Amino acid sequence: MATIAREIEGIRQTIAGGVARGVQSYLDLAKARLEEARGSMDSDKKIEFFPNTGYFLPVIYAITGQKVETLDEMALVIDKAEKLITPAPAAKLWLPYLGETLDNGMAALWLAEIIEALKYVGAGPAPVQDIWLGAADDIIMRQRGVEFVDGSAPGFAAVTGAAPDTETAVALAREMQGKYLYVFIAGGSRGTTFAHQLAEGGVEMGWDTRLVPFGPEIYGHIYSVGFATRAAMAFGGVKPGDYKGTLKYNKDRVFAFVLALGEVDDLKYAAAAGAINYGFPTIAETDIPEILPTGVCTYEHVCSDVPLNAIVAKAIEVRGLKIVITEVPVPVAYGPAFEGERIRKEDLHVELAGPKAKGAELTVIADDVEDGKITVVGPDVDEIEPGTTIPYAVLVEVSGRKMQKDFEPILERQLHHFLNEAEGFLHVGQRDIIWERISKKAVGAGFKFEHVGKIIHARYHADFGGIVDKVQVTIYTKEPEVTELLTKAQALYHERDERIGSLTDESVDTFYSCTLCQSFAPDHVCVITPERPGLCGAYNWLDGKAAFEINPTGPNQPILKGAVIDQRMGEWEGVNEFAYSASHNAIERFSAYSMMENPMTSCGCFEAISVLLPMCNGVMTVDRDHTGMTPCGMKFSTLAGSVGGGAQTPGFVGHSKFYMGSSKFLSGDGGIARLVWMPKKLKEELEEAINANAVKAGYPDLYAKIATEDNGTEEEDVMAYLAEVGHPALEMDPMF
Amino acid sequence: MAEGKKTDRVRSIDPAAIEMLKVADERGIETMFHRAETGSICPTGAEGGCCKVCYMGPCRFIGKDKETKRGVCGASLGTVVARNYVRECAGGASAHADHGRDIAHTLLLIGRGEAADYKIKDPVKLRKVAGYFSIDTEGKGDQQLALEVAEAALNDFGRQEGYQTYSYRAPKKRQELWDKLDVRPRGFDREVVDSMHRTHGGGDQDADHLMRQAIRMCLASGWGGSMLATDLSDIIWGTPKPLTSESNLGILKDDEVNIIIHGHEPTLSELIVDAAQDPEMIEYAKSKGAKGITLGGICCTANEVWMRRGVPPAGNSLHQELAILTGAVELMVVDIQCVFEGLAPVAEQFHTHLVTTSKKATITGATHIEFEEERGLEIAKQIVKMGVDNYVNRKPADVHIPDIKSPVVAGFSHEYIRYMLGGTFRESLVPLNDNIINGKIQGVAAIVGCNNAQTTQDEGIIGLVKNFIENDVLVVVTGCAAHASGKHGYLTPEMFEHAGPGLSEVCETTGMPPVLHMGSCVDNTRILTILADIVETGGLGDDIDQVPAVGISPEYYCEKALEIATYCVGSGAYVIFGGVDSRYRASEVVTNIHGNKWEEIYGGKLHFIPEWQGIFEASMAHIQKKREALGINVEKERVLFDMADRRA
Repeated sequence: MATIAREIEGIRQTIAGGVARGVQSYLDLAKARLEEARGSMDSDKKIEFFPNTGYFLPVIYAITGQKVETLDEMALVIDKAEKLITPAPAAKLWLPYLGETLDNGMAALWLAEIIEALKYVGAGPAPVQDIWLGAADDIIMRQRGVEFVDGSAPGFAAVTGAAPDTETAVALAREMQGKYLYVFIAGGSRGTTFAHQLAEGGVEMGWDTRLVPFGPEIYGHIYSVGFATRAAMAFGGVKPGDYKGTLKYNKDRVFAFVLALGEVDDLKYAAAAGAINYGFPTIAETDIPEILPTGVCTYEHVCSDVPLNAIVAKAIEVRGLKIVITEVPVPVAYGPAFEGERIRKEDLHVELAGPKAKGAELTVIADDVEDGKITVVGPDVDEIEPGTTIPYAVLVEVSGRKMQKDFEPILERQLHHFLNEAEGFLHVGQRDIIWERISKKAVGAGFKFEHVGKIIHARYHADFGGIVDKVQVTIYTKEPEVTELLTKAQALYHERDERIGSLTDESVDTFYSCTLCQSFAPDHVCVITPERPGLCGAYNWLDGKAAFEINPTGPNQPILKGAVIDQRMGEWEGVNEFAYSASHNAIERFSAYSMMENPMTSCGCFEAISVLLPMCNGVMTVDRDHTGMTPCGMKFSTLAGSVGGGAQTPGFVGHSKFYMGSSKFLSGDGGIARLVWMPKKLKEELEEAINANAVKAGYPDLYAKIATEDNGTEEEDVMAYLAEVGHPALEMDPMF
Repeated sequence: MAEGKKTDRVRSIDPAAIEMLKVADERGIETMFHRAETGSICPTGAEGGCCKVCYMGPCRFIGKDKETKRGVCGASLGTVVARNYVRECAGGASAHADHGRDIAHTLLLIGRGEAADYKIKDPVKLRKVAGYFSIDTEGKGDQQLALEVAEAALNDFGRQEGYQTYSYRAPKKRQELWDKLDVRPRGFDREVVDSMHRTHGGGDQDADHLMRQAIRMCLASGWGGSMLATDLSDIIWGTPKPLTSESNLGILKDDEVNIIIHGHEPTLSELIVDAAQDPEMIEYAKSKGAKGITLGGICCTANEVWMRRGVPPAGNSLHQELAILTGAVELMVVDIQCVFEGLAPVAEQFHTHLVTTSKKATITGATHIEFEEERGLEIAKQIVKMGVDNYVNRKPADVHIPDIKSPVVAGFSHEYIRYMLGGTFRESLVPLNDNIINGKIQGVAAIVGCNNAQTTQDEGIIGLVKNFIENDVLVVVTGCAAHASGKHGYLTPEMFEHAGPGLSEVCETTGMPPVLHMGSCVDNTRILTILADIVETGGLGDDIDQVPAVGISPEYYCEKALEIATYCVGSGAYVIFGGVDSRYRASEVVTNIHGNKWEEIYGGKLHFIPEWQGIFEASMAHIQKKREALGINVEKERVLFDMADRRA
């Protein structure tokens, strides 16, 4: 009884009381900062507080439906938060406090978002400074969102506080990276912050390494919550103001948790209570009261007094997360968090291939494959003078009953990811344009060329076990063997390109679905055809085919085209039937080649969006990296909101960049000749593909006639440019 | 008074009651407690073997061969007892449903703009209820909607075709069962008239067939009249959420005007609260030498103003005479149900005014001031003023207020419980279901209903409450059982210390007491709503009969209790009555119907187990049986989710 009594006191006074006191501090600060901001700017002036987002102050927007674009609108939200706040429970004869505490937590989130947003207009310390990154814009959210969608990032840890020492901080970060988690960092304890400790430990931080330092104050974790919140709207199609939808989406699909290091003060309790609304539990190092009964979160709500060497595992268990780790026998850390790591010249031990030496990578089917055999032909890393560049080639031979020649390039392309995930190993490019680096630190840890083979062997078995039975790897580090393999490889690359080029939608009877994103976008279904890759750009028809072989019950299923309903629009009976059931009866008809009639839906991961420009009788395309205004009057971030989440919106369609080089690109609506505007950078990137497509379509000089932001971002200006250059769209049949 | 008293009998376990009964004994004033000891209880009637539906009798069924005997008309004992059962249910159902109809009438007057003293305090719930009646709420103001909802509700009582609207709020599977068995309730009035008709001499004369009608009629109250009483009261006076107060006779003040509100409907009592809190009235009280005005509640009208206004309850129904015995009550204002005639002779011994107000109920010897909603506040003020004026007549020598009271937290509506478990944004019953599934909460016991002068006051209620929470069973209470829990300290959050480890952990997390006060006896429909919501929430079966829950009236006394039990059984619940034994036990046929056959048909049954220890054992066994059937009696391995699970 005595221990129970102590804990009960704890929850009521420490947690419920702490949250109530904490949110009061948020309220006072938000009010003070708002007054400060009012002193320097007009209260009704429209402002984009956070950079490049279509979601305003995303937590407030998603939960209340309120767009905050002015200080006056901020004041409304502060009022609303104040009304939601309940004081700390009484010492005796207290009233229930759980619902009230969760409400206080939600108010804290709104107020934290306001406090952070005000920093962007000069009220409070600068949000981006020192090691701190501040808000993540929609580009990052969509790029990284894909990783949450496909499972390469199973969730995120919101770390607050600091470890007892730098060494422990580094070890924790490495452990979380090794478990593929994103680590979002804000707030400190023990006189420092987790991010500062990582910086001291020489750990590279940033979105690429999945260690993201948002801000030095606990308020900075609003960016963690904002990230998750935008995922619900962008991928889940949850409407602003649908707070139930947003919170349920996060509980069911975003596997995040709070990791509290060191002392937990009232401000942190308030933030943690906000997180619990989202189903994100708190796991604390220190001995704070625990909340073990389940229900708001999937399992426990607060677990405490967890030793740091067990805290990550505990957090994963408490959040109910299953992380499948492929054990790769290498002497360095391994995981997707190291994919974005850079190796600077001064850290370089050896450079493989690249601009200064020959190189190639080749995966082929072979007979007589001895599984696990790794051969290094030429000097090993420790026999090479540090700082040198050597010729380098890798031959991977595989066999398996279900392996097909068509799958060779799929497996080969994955080498980039598989090798990059080793700490201290950099991989750029593919085929004969590879460029790799091994760091001094990795070599110091014992990394040798055989480990390249071990990585490939382990990952091929883990990721392609359904089609591959045996894998052997040969690594060439000297001439003439490298050139010999290169010559053989180039002949094969050519052969493959010819084969891919001959694959058309008409030449196959089966398409593949992709519902990989249904973990995040429950009603969306991609139909991948040879000439229309997945809208995320990451999956083509062959990928779908291979994935089905690997996992026959997985997210890629064959779709028999069935009878043609409309060849021009790309409508088939079999596809319609499939889309209807896979979209949970949301989509009845589906046109592969049209944005005007029954266009394909989008999860939110699309690389680009095409939009009807009615005056121009054509189409503009904008990619997610373009942050500027577009002639349809909306930026990408706003457009994305009207296309994502499995909604079918005529006049709008999300797609991959690669699709723009396909002769089926909007062919039902007139094809590439409709393309009247795109961002300059995208246009340049796709010049070759657009030219080839345009030539085939009979418009050899189209490329030059496509307007960019240099020609205007108002439809009238674009129109004037089109008239001036004589764009073919102007002469075509009306689009609708 | 001492002669005839059963020497081993304990009248009450409530020290305030014991103290006041001593005063009564000393002064030679008779109360229910005394009459239960000295009065004559009919032994034939106690077993139910008495038929008086016609004038060829009364016929008495006693002796070993009673089950094979026939009445003058030829009626078998099964028919006689089942007929009694149905008629007694009709009495109880009529009381509760008529309460609902009265509230609907008040709402109608609000809608018509004819009851200016009332407002719509919960417009959100008004719209929710409008939704149940398929009333379009778009662009309509509160008053308009109040009118439409009231009309729809009143029409449902007298509905001649089709079924009661609220019956569609039950779990899907339960509704299918009702339709299959043809017991989905029709208009309430039809069901009661049908029942009275078929139990007339020479009507329905088959026990099974009669008992089926008992179910259908009671469902018409549970999923109709009573549920409307709760919902419409919440609309007018606000949906309760927890508040603090104090309970028992010690709330009366020796230097203030004390007014007791007693009865059931909040229509008058709410306005009495307004009148007593009026600064002018308080000034007036001061002008009479009092320091202020204290209101105290008795019985269910107490529950109504306790959970919405924090008015302290003075006690359950057996306290009605005891309150007057304090000599400190200037006025007791009553309306309907459980207001006993014995009050008048007790009040005569003191300065206390006994004021009846209902058009339906006057008492010989009491002052009658008839209540009309149209002049509600005016009448309330008149009554309060009458109490204040009476303060000067208080005789200090008569005053004996026991210094006994307990702090309480009350007011757990279904809506607040959902809020409590998730706040504004995550409100749901998921945490409740989750913690039942994981075993921190083994099950739920609803302890409801009355006091009975024949049993030791509060003993059964408190014995059960204490043992249930110690064994991780969450307890919800209503009516006089709620009063008992409050008086004995069980409605305080501090009680978590006396709960089992699992339940106390849930209490820690939520801040709730292990015993939740859910309202008056008509509010047992809040429990029905929770049960339906538990089923809807998922994980605990697809119908109410699968939920590990039990309903108990440990000290039942009235026909309303029987009606509640019957609609709960028809909804799938296991109900146990304690204290006095079954009034239907003369017939094995009928005992077998409500104790066994009903379980096969409805999944619920009604047992009579006089001793609370027996009730406790039966309840725990039932809860375990249900947990086993659900497969939640063993600990489940934690499910961890990978990407494929998230896509599922």
